Amino acid sequence: MKYLAEFRDGEIAQRLAAEIRAITTRPWAIMEVCGGQTHSILRNGIDQLLPPEIELIHGPGCPVCVTPLDMIDKALAIAAIPNVIFTSFGDMLRVPGSDRDLFRVKSEGGDVRIVYSPLDAVQIARENPTKQVVFFGIGFETTAPANAMAVHVAKREGLTNFSMLVSHVLVPPAIDAIMSAPGNRVQAFLAAGHVCSVMGFWQYPPLAAKHHVPIVITGFEPLDVLEGIRRTVQCLERNEAKVDNAYARVVTFDGNAAAQALLEEVFAVTDRAWRGIGVIPASGWRLSAAYADYDAEHRFDVGAIRTTESAECRAGEVLQGAIKPSQCEAFGTRCTPRTPLGATMVSSEGACAAYFNYGRFHTLERASSATRDSNTSPKAATVG
Amino acid sequence: MAEPINTTWACPIPLRDYPSIVIGHGGGGQLGNELVEHLFKPAFANDELDRMADSAVLTLPAGRIAYSTDSFVVRPLEFPGGSIGALAVNGTVNDLAMSGATPLVLSAGFILEEGLPMATLGRIVTDMAAAAKAAGVRIVTGDTKVVERGHGDGCYINTSGIGVVRDGVQLSPTRATPGDVVIVSGTIGDHGMAIMSVREGLEFDTTIVSDCAPLNGLVDAMLAVTPDLHVLRDPTRGGLASTLNEIAGASGVGIVIREAALPVLPQVASACEILGMDPVFVANEGKLVAIVPPQHATAVLQAMRAHPLGSRAAIIGEVTSDHPGMLVAKTAIGAQRVIAMQLGEQLPRIC
Repeated sequence: MKYLAEFRDGEIAQRLAAEIRAITTRPWAIMEVCGGQTHSILRNGIDQLLPPEIELIHGPGCPVCVTPLDMIDKALAIAAIPNVIFTSFGDMLRVPGSDRDLFRVKSEGGDVRIVYSPLDAVQIARENPTKQVVFFGIGFETTAPANAMAVHVAKREGLTNFSMLVSHVLVPPAIDAIMSAPGNRVQAFLAAGHVCSVMGFWQYPPLAAKHHVPIVITGFEPLDVLEGIRRTVQCLERNEAKVDNAYARVVTFDGNAAAQALLEEVFAVTDRAWRGIGVIPASGWRLSAAYADYDAEHRFDVGAIRTTESAECRAGEVLQGAIKPSQCEAFGTRCTPRTPLGATMVSSEGACAAYFNYGRFHTLERASSATRDSNTSPKAATVG
Repeated sequence: MAEPINTTWACPIPLRDYPSIVIGHGGGGQLGNELVEHLFKPAFANDELDRMADSAVLTLPAGRIAYSTDSFVVRPLEFPGGSIGALAVNGTVNDLAMSGATPLVLSAGFILEEGLPMATLGRIVTDMAAAAKAAGVRIVTGDTKVVERGHGDGCYINTSGIGVVRDGVQLSPTRATPGDVVIVSGTIGDHGMAIMSVREGLEFDTTIVSDCAPLNGLVDAMLAVTPDLHVLRDPTRGGLASTLNEIAGASGVGIVIREAALPVLPQVASACEILGMDPVFVANEGKLVAIVPPQHATAVLQAMRAHPLGSRAAIIGEVTSDHPGMLVAKTAIGAQRVIAMQLGEQLPRIC
């Protein structure tokens, strides 16, 4: 595939890794903000090519993971209302709310549908004028333009049966919060390339200066990630707190002006609770006053939501880089993709799910010492 | 590669009174009989079915009997490269073939939804007949029920099949042995992405065609090289990764595959990237994975490549005594990762 195989070249990867090893003189803790990067790192085994001094800390950039529990519960309540068609991206369906998930609501008779674009939800609204169609608009700046466009189109067409449950989150305030948190260990950031393709990176120089931290705009293919890490280490070794763009084939400084204008029109900045982390001021988008009629939170009264988070889940610490998923007591035993205690075990971008699916809960060396004569060794059973 | 076999179908005269299925087609009366007489019997044309007894009575060649059943609920009913009818025949034929059996006869049970266009059913049945002919099996018994509108997705089909296992063949998921070679018969993920590409809300510019095909001919060619193949499986739902995980678990061995060696069509790779899916977990309907003793691997691979359904066969990995029960992939950049079983269906990612 054009622009895919090229960025997965094994030889170039080895060369980049050798360069990184050559310039690394001491330990560095680098956070990849985006869950897509976490997924790519673990799927391709990028971390295995790095020198032991480089620690990758997996950041909070998994939209499914940080969507607050009360929002999930609201989604579940709205989806269960008769005459509502509740639409969502696929990986939200398995995220546990306080007592169930959207798959369960669907099995109990709720009309829950997976869509691939928010505009598909608008189309469903056109085709079902007697039903209320709700789209679960979550995610970072990456998904926001399409969500904004869906609301914009619905308003332009006067579709009165479409609304959106919005829980958008923003990257720069999260970086600011992580750097300001007591006990922070993060020394540099790989910024999320897709977010920057929309927003540009004009928001980052003030953050880099404020916290004296290098921020390198980084893509998602193995070579993109390795190049981002190489430039980051270079900055760290030179004590340069600059913003660098290692994803120039996609990202420009100003970003997508048309998308930003639409976002400004449709959304307004708001304080936002991040699941597992807490409220970060001015870290999210809600629908602006001009689009308030399309806000599902206004349209449907689902009563007071009382959330119950698993007492055992340490997703918050994972999302802030305080612990690795495998350091959680419940990881791989009481908490698996089959029985997730928190959202980080659900989405393929969630650090816990990535660790689980790519077998990072025990090393292959340990596994190979397991007894050979058993058809159902405990390790095999855990993997399955 | 299986050609699309959706043939045009002309509705026979008595069926023209009902352009779509009505409840009466599932009753024991005249309408049901017309379906059998003018649709099923002419399409499946064989003496055993023509006898119209309550059960087929078979005389089978000597040997061990393989017996398998599968139900088909695919949506949409017709897709690039096949239909539920072709799937229903090939699915059971392939399950029999994976045991080293020569598939002989099938049953076909239909659950039709009231309102299913007669022309659609006609094409599905024509596809079944064509697939059965291609696979060399006879559909010798069947049943039709009709459910009320809204109680089914147009058409569900169950098939079961009987085959006779060749002498000297001992295929079993438990027989993978360290040192064995893992061979896949062609590109992976074609069927699953073909279905995804025509589902509501997803339109791709390029057409991805299902690989739906009967594999018994390919298995014949492989077993002609040596009867001592260890495992054959067709990686349908859950894809190659689930199948290899199951074999690793059943045999108590580890399996290592090289990602760079996996045959994947460019359009399938692209579609998977767009949706955040991994082709190793995507369904196939005309591919098999073989676990072969190393001394036979080259000859088996050559025999597969000489067959039209195995032209892109490739050695993708080995069986090892390391990490029993686990499937490990060497990634393109020279690292490795565990490929665990998925919980259920892969869900398209948000971004």
